[in-house]
Amino acid sequence: MTYKRLTLLCGHYGSGKTNIAVNMAFELKKQQDRVAVADLDIVNPYFRTKDSSDDFSHAGIRLICSDYANTNLDLPAMPEDLYALTDDKELYTILDIGGDDRGALALGRIAAAILEENNYEMFAVINKYRPLTRDAASTVEVLREIEWACRMKFTAVINNSNLGRETDAQTVLDSLEYAEEVAKLMGLEKILTSAEERLCPELEGRVPGLLALKLQKKIL
Amino acid sequence: MSDKVLMKGNEAIAEAAIIAGCRHYFGYPITPQTEVAAYMAKKMPKIGGVFLQAESEIAAINMVYGVASAGYRVMTSSSSPGISLKGEGLSYLAGADLPALVVNVQRGGPGLGGIQPSQSDYFQATRGGGHGDYHMIVFAPASVQEMADLTSLAFDLADKYRMPAMLLADGTMGQMMEPVELPEEHSNSVEKPWAVTGTKCERKHNIINSLYLVPEELEKTNFERFERYKAIEENEVRYESFMMDDAEICVVAFGIAARVSKNAVVAARKEGIKAGLIRPITVWPFPKKPLKEAADKVKGFISVELSMGQMIEDIKLSTECKKPVALCNRAGGMIPSPEQVLEAIKNMQGGKQ
Repeated sequence: MTYKRLTLLCGHYGSGKTNIAVNMAFELKKQQDRVAVADLDIVNPYFRTKDSSDDFSHAGIRLICSDYANTNLDLPAMPEDLYALTDDKELYTILDIGGDDRGALALGRIAAAILEENNYEMFAVINKYRPLTRDAASTVEVLREIEWACRMKFTAVINNSNLGRETDAQTVLDSLEYAEEVAKLMGLEKILTSAEERLCPELEGRVPGLLALKLQKKIL
Repeated sequence: MSDKVLMKGNEAIAEAAIIAGCRHYFGYPITPQTEVAAYMAKKMPKIGGVFLQAESEIAAINMVYGVASAGYRVMTSSSSPGISLKGEGLSYLAGADLPALVVNVQRGGPGLGGIQPSQSDYFQATRGGGHGDYHMIVFAPASVQEMADLTSLAFDLADKYRMPAMLLADGTMGQMMEPVELPEEHSNSVEKPWAVTGTKCERKHNIINSLYLVPEELEKTNFERFERYKAIEENEVRYESFMMDDAEICVVAFGIAARVSKNAVVAARKEGIKAGLIRPITVWPFPKKPLKEAADKVKGFISVELSMGQMIEDIKLSTECKKPVALCNRAGGMIPSPEQVLEAIKNMQGGKQ
């Protein structure tokens, strides 16, 4: 896919933003020379983009992340080099925003600069198998709260509906109608579908904008 | 399939509590259990329930005491340092014979410690947690599915035996996401004639209390309570036995440590070592019987823990010290790897295979 200079990933917590951010960063690095991942999660101190920091430095991808992520210091801190995102107009960046409206508050800090530059895509990452976003109406409720918190509007949807390791192709296919409904209610046309790469041969041609994902390393 | 949802362990606790008829939640935020409170804050107002963020953990546990006295299903959740603050309240709940669910999503300690996963509140949980002679029924889930199922069971048994129950999880269990099939909708099945619900001038009033001015009476309540505990030890022990039929080495682990251990047991079997696992699902009451039986067959036991070896005492007591008990552990927020556990199994087997 073609990337805008800034790619923003927002959504309900646990919808899969971080994993998509990591995958997009490696994809983007194939297209652009200077690539960064920005971890603006001020909510969750566990399971961060920082878990992949070794892989990023290998690939020459810059990680913009609070020093306190993945440490015992549970501080809702912003990265010290936050403004590189908006000041450095040559730096292609994937932004991993914290879950829900509380996570999106952090984005509000730089929203004005992003809107002014106007070279961004803001994805709503959704998963119909999460308990609080099981239907389009409840999902839209969460997405609207996010828009309020960061004072920006979504431009596209990534349907990341999955059941973890129990996901099969049908799990994804069963979510297409839901994703369309969410997009319609949000007034958005662009829909991507993300799925673990093992499922992609079966999904090829049957879902809109297929995005193959590798899973981040897990302990168990 | 489509009935399943993808949940964090903390969310599974909250949703399962709601399904079990709990409409009162009192808590105070602390990592890594905050999602329990966040979920309750979102959901309770929509279903006519109460979510209240108290001014402290101590306030929250005393609100639990109040609602439990009125006979309603009620819960609080916290993580290690917060549970210490609730200690007095736990003892009062036990002393007044009140059912309630207390969730501890453990983090590293002692003191303020850290926010990473731990199992070092084992002593605190299995020995009561507060002052006085008492126990709680303590469940140790090892999957997000069990977080849900055991929450449900904890409410039922707390009601049945009129006592506080605890879900003893850890940061990883609270944060990890897995597909879950939620339990069936159910609620208070036990009559609570003791609850303070208003006499309507039709009956003698009920009193919820843990103060006894006459020592003989206080002694009597202690003796009666321990009769109940005896019944619980006989009827409510839960554990999983994995590859134990012909095992020569028995790994004992609960929660996240049991998941790591299971991988190590499978790896050991591939190398021709007859290893097995006993996983306590209730840590009080402790599965003494299967361990005692295993002691006659195995070479030794390995206690795998995210603590400095707090469960070893229970293993030694259960097995009457018949066989050696080794420790394989990490502490302070670290998790043992399957390789580390496999190494411990090999060591017990007697050097490299």
